Amino acid sequence: MAAARSLSSAPLRAIRKLGAVALFLLTILQSAPYALRRPRLISAQVQNAGVLSLVIIMTSGFFVGMVVGLQGYDAFSRLRQEDLLGAAAALSLIKELGPVVTALLFAGRAGTALTAEIGLMRATDQLSAMEVMAIDPIGRIVAPRFLGGLIAVPFLTAIFNCVGILGAYFVGVQMMGVDNGAFWSQMQEYVSSEDIREGIIKSMVFGVAASLVAVFEGYTADRTAEGVGLATTRTVVITSVLVLVLDYMITSFLL
Amino acid sequence: MPATEPGPFLIETDDLRFSVGGRRIFDGLSLRVARGTVTAIMGPSGTGKTTLLRLITGQIRPESGSLKVDGREVAKLDRAELFELRRHMGMLFQNSALLTGDSVFDNVAFPLREHTRLPERLIRTIVLSKLQTVGLRGAARLMPSELSGGMARRVALARAMVLDPELLLYDEPFSGLDPISMGMIMRLIRRNNDILGVTSILVSHDVEEVSQIADYCFVMSGGKVIGEGTPAELQAMDSPLIRQFMSGSADGPVPFHYPAAPYRDDLLGGGR
Ligand SMILES: Nc1ncnc2c1ncn2[C@@H]1O[C@H](COP(=O)(O)OP(=O)(O)OP(=O)(O)O)[C@@H](O)[C@H]1O
Ligand SMILES: [Mg+2]
Repeated sequence: MAAARSLSSAPLRAIRKLGAVALFLLTILQSAPYALRRPRLISAQVQNAGVLSLVIIMTSGFFVGMVVGLQGYDAFSRLRQEDLLGAAAALSLIKELGPVVTALLFAGRAGTALTAEIGLMRATDQLSAMEVMAIDPIGRIVAPRFLGGLIAVPFLTAIFNCVGILGAYFVGVQMMGVDNGAFWSQMQEYVSSEDIREGIIKSMVFGVAASLVAVFEGYTADRTAEGVGLATTRTVVITSVLVLVLDYMITSFLL
Repeated sequence: MPATEPGPFLIETDDLRFSVGGRRIFDGLSLRVARGTVTAIMGPSGTGKTTLLRLITGQIRPESGSLKVDGREVAKLDRAELFELRRHMGMLFQNSALLTGDSVFDNVAFPLREHTRLPERLIRTIVLSKLQTVGLRGAARLMPSELSGGMARRVALARAMVLDPELLLYDEPFSGLDPISMGMIMRLIRRNNDILGVTSILVSHDVEEVSQIADYCFVMSGGKVIGEGTPAELQAMDSPLIRQFMSGSADGPVPFHYPAAPYRDDLLGGGR
């Protein structure tokens, strides 16, 4: 009892939570074969998470791309290097902005929806009912949502990047008069497959993190309306911080 | 259920103890449910009737004591054995617990689709016949959010029965039902026993309804069984505890109040 109480200070609480999340991930992986035998459950969740986030991802991607275009043009025109705009915009989107912003938007849109859905199923005994029907709720409900999320995030990131580059193109070439050929050729010249790989690794890691936090918070939410509300808030807060910390760690590791 | 020792009792608990949040819910609970009977568990709100059903279905484990279903100690079963046992049980939850994302039809079809490889045509036939018995065949396409509480209860009942279980657990099947649905569900519970030979555990505090359909009753209070017998025997008992419960008065040896400091102290601010 005393040991349990001494674990209640904030950093220790965080570590304990990390342990709980890791255990939860193991449980999901144990139940994953059930979900993998029913690919339709997973594809439905990919579609669900994707459709939920698509509009917000595309809109945000376009505006982020336009801002990158404006800022990039401003910086490069001081150096008389406007032709590099395409390469710079693509690199910043593919390596950083795409994976990070997509993960944050995903957490806010699809992650909160997952948390609320699972939390409410728990609060209304739907998960217990499944247990009693001899159906594993982790395999049937949690694993497909987790897998669906982690599959959807890289695709959403790719869409974000494409729309973002279009946004930068729109501002740079159409509005500011950067040479069209130079915009694309410099992009081809400077963006390497390593850069793309870095972006893909990040988006996959963020996909795991965002989906895992969302289903964990839902599954462990207090069984009340208030508990579910708090859990959705935690999903956004924890995912955001986690994504930014992981971003630094992956970047420093890969560069 | 593959019986290891097919005795006359499907469920046996002995000296069962269980606490939650430091509060003792069961303090030496012993009861036995005979096969093929409708056995009622009665007791005031908060005595742990739902908790007992959760123990029987192995969702939670007792602290000590024994709880056997079909001769097997539930707490000692591994996950696969527990799931195997549960495939022979159906449970009606107090709050129905329908899957909110699925239609009425899909809710009732859910256990069939998960546990059998029946063709969809046969599933349809079975589901519609179960919905017909609870009078809701016409509601098959509705979503749970479009149902009243009583309708949801009847759908949940159809779902609990759909795999023709050998043990049916009903948690407060009568609360919030109109007299017609109530009569229908009472007949259904009885019919499941008389025709299909199901063993039923009926958790309820509706003394009158229970007396009409139960073969045997247990009255729980304070974590123990305080009386048992057929409904007629209970009615005739002159134990003040049972009398109070059967007649439904707040004053008597069965506490109506959750344990608390004296009311006067609380009002004067000295209670905590
Ligand atoms: N998750 C929990 N955390 C803390 N206490 C709980 C929890 N679940 C149940 N309890 C306590 O256990 C006791 C028994 O609860 P239970 O739901 O089994 O009662 P019940 O007999 O089914 O009551 P009712 O007739 O109102 O449904 C209650 O006093 C409740 O306070
Ligand atoms: Mg109850």
